[in-house]
Amino acid sequence: MGFFASVFFLLTIFPFGPTNPGLKVGDIAPDFQLKSTSGKLVTLKDYKSVKGYIVVFTCNTCPYAQAYEQRIIDLHNKMAPMGWPVVAIMPNDPNVQPGDGFDKMVERAKEKKYPFEYLLDDGQKVFPAYGAVRTPHVFLLDKDRKVRYIGGVDDNSEDETLVTRRYVEEAIAAVEKGLEPEPNLTKAVGCMIKVKK
Amino acid sequence: MLALSIGKAQKIYESFDDFAPLLAQTQNDTTYVINFWATWCAPCVKELPYFEKLHQAMAAQKIKVVLVSLDFRKDLETKLKPFLAQRQFSASVAALVDSRQQLWIDKVDPNWSGAVPATLVYRGSQRQFKEGEFENFEDLQQFVLHFFDPKN
Repeated sequence: MGFFASVFFLLTIFPFGPTNPGLKVGDIAPDFQLKSTSGKLVTLKDYKSVKGYIVVFTCNTCPYAQAYEQRIIDLHNKMAPMGWPVVAIMPNDPNVQPGDGFDKMVERAKEKKYPFEYLLDDGQKVFPAYGAVRTPHVFLLDKDRKVRYIGGVDDNSEDETLVTRRYVEEAIAAVEKGLEPEPNLTKAVGCMIKVKK
Repeated sequence: MLALSIGKAQKIYESFDDFAPLLAQTQNDTTYVINFWATWCAPCVKELPYFEKLHQAMAAQKIKVVLVSLDFRKDLETKLKPFLAQRQFSASVAALVDSRQQLWIDKVDPNWSGAVPATLVYRGSQRQFKEGEFENFEDLQQFVLHFFDPKN
């Protein structure tokens, strides 16, 4: 089969293509420079003496992001002193989702006293580079920005009391021991990231 | 099954295992259109009328449209039920409240990340999955119609 025939064949069978490719476990994640609700311009390389980064794509408006808000705050408070800060990125287009505008992000971060940086993916370049598709969506990076885990925070979005696996914490514990996280990829229901049409 | 109900002819699945047979009716020639949505998901709510229209427009065909709500269990009475009472869908509605999502998202489709809306269409062994919304009714119709192409 010739090249064009193959492409045509593939397009016929998979007319909608695979879902967002983005980063896989083992890839090196790109750094970024994004403005934070704290007023700073944040870059991963500016974090000093960290062992890694808990990059979380999240937002104000998604009920799943809201269900995880306190758990993400707790995660930062527990893990940042150990060298694993949360870096939260809001990926939605505020024109499509006005509740996620930068002013609203600032309000939310103040109201809930976010202990971590809450960044706006201005221009929506970072989330596609990472391959984030929903909120919340976690990418755990080690200090070399190598992706070690992708997925959910834990295994029960609705009820924290029923959580049996704390995926992110377990992944960090594995990485610290020099092991491969197990699992290193999980799935969870979330809100589709909102993009301009 | 929960004591709770969201209306007659509407089912609440506490466990994905009870829901799974709906994704595996491969021994007949009915086309199943399974849409995953939630009341809190704006793009989902926007596209629900396309599914309702599909259900009505293709009523003479062997097609079953099922709107599967992924609303939180705590929201069934307070949000889902009033929403359904207001919309009065003629397509089937179900609610799946199994919060162990990591165990079942792949079983719906390996390409699904878990974001909603998402739609699975299948007939026999032929399957097609989409994560994301349909632009309009015609977009959805295109996605489903080729299952009715006599060549298939």
